[in-house]
Amino acid sequence: MTEYTETAEHVHESGHMHRDDEASKMAMWLFLFTELLLFGGMFLLYGAYRFQYADGFKVAAADMNSFIGAVNTIILLTSSLSVALSIGAIQRNQKKLALAMLWFTLLCGLGFLVNKYFEWSHEISNGIYPGGPALQEMSNGQVIYFGLYYVMTGLHGLHVIVGMVFLAVMIAFIQKDIITNSNYQKLENAGLYWHLVDVIWIFLFPLFYLLH
Amino acid sequence: MSEQIYSQEQASGAQAAHHTEGGHAHITGYGTYILVWLGLVALTAVTVTVAGIHLGSLTLITALVIAAVKTSLVGYHFMHIKYDNAITKIFILVCIVIFLTFWILTFSDLSFR
Repeated sequence: MTEYTETAEHVHESGHMHRDDEASKMAMWLFLFTELLLFGGMFLLYGAYRFQYADGFKVAAADMNSFIGAVNTIILLTSSLSVALSIGAIQRNQKKLALAMLWFTLLCGLGFLVNKYFEWSHEISNGIYPGGPALQEMSNGQVIYFGLYYVMTGLHGLHVIVGMVFLAVMIAFIQKDIITNSNYQKLENAGLYWHLVDVIWIFLFPLFYLLH
Repeated sequence: MSEQIYSQEQASGAQAAHHTEGGHAHITGYGTYILVWLGLVALTAVTVTVAGIHLGSLTLITALVIAAVKTSLVGYHFMHIKYDNAITKIFILVCIVIFLTFWILTFSDLSFR
């Protein structure tokens, strides 16, 4: 009986020995680089077309609600803060605070998506969608602006959803003590993803909402 | 010079070992995070304000510079690059340089057509 317990513990310990947080973090960064190049390609397309159709872009962006854009920026920045705080709380073994911070982050993500929903439905109701009546009367520059707007904010929105799923799994892991104050690299990686989503929005906001 | 790099690597190696063993390494104060957040919100306000002023061709550059500053704040403090060891920092730097190369090549092509 005693021997059995010892063996089980030994297996458990050797499992810990093979954990490599540095490698795990590096793999996450490698993944984030592929994300950077995915969005980077689209930012490049945006830059090149904005250079070519400066006037069309300005006319199109005049319809944007920069207030909602600014609110969403603040929401995402705040959610990044709460993810960073939840990692700080796990490091200090404050499980409840860590969980509360992650729930708050999910709430922020949801708020962001709700704002996005209202924004998109406003534009769609104005006839701005592929083949829509308003879009057909627009100049090339405006059409390209809205094409990029839907693709880039849409892809970013998908990333927000994926990030929320990622963080929800982390909540479950903390509750089951899979993530603890000595083993929290999973939460760090989820945090890195969430911050990347925030950083992409930091660039999307001035480029799509603040053209004058 | 080479000694400096060597000692830096040693230091970060020691940090990494500590991180794996204790898990108590690099605990940033909650106050620091909140200060960084305040900075980010302030920079957002600056972006919105500056966009209202007609700076002509400088508008885009200003917006991008502010966004880059915000990104480095998020990266350095929230994403803990501050505490990453040299190899991860170089890793990140190389990717940013590759990314900027695409931009510079594309725009030098567009500008001198």
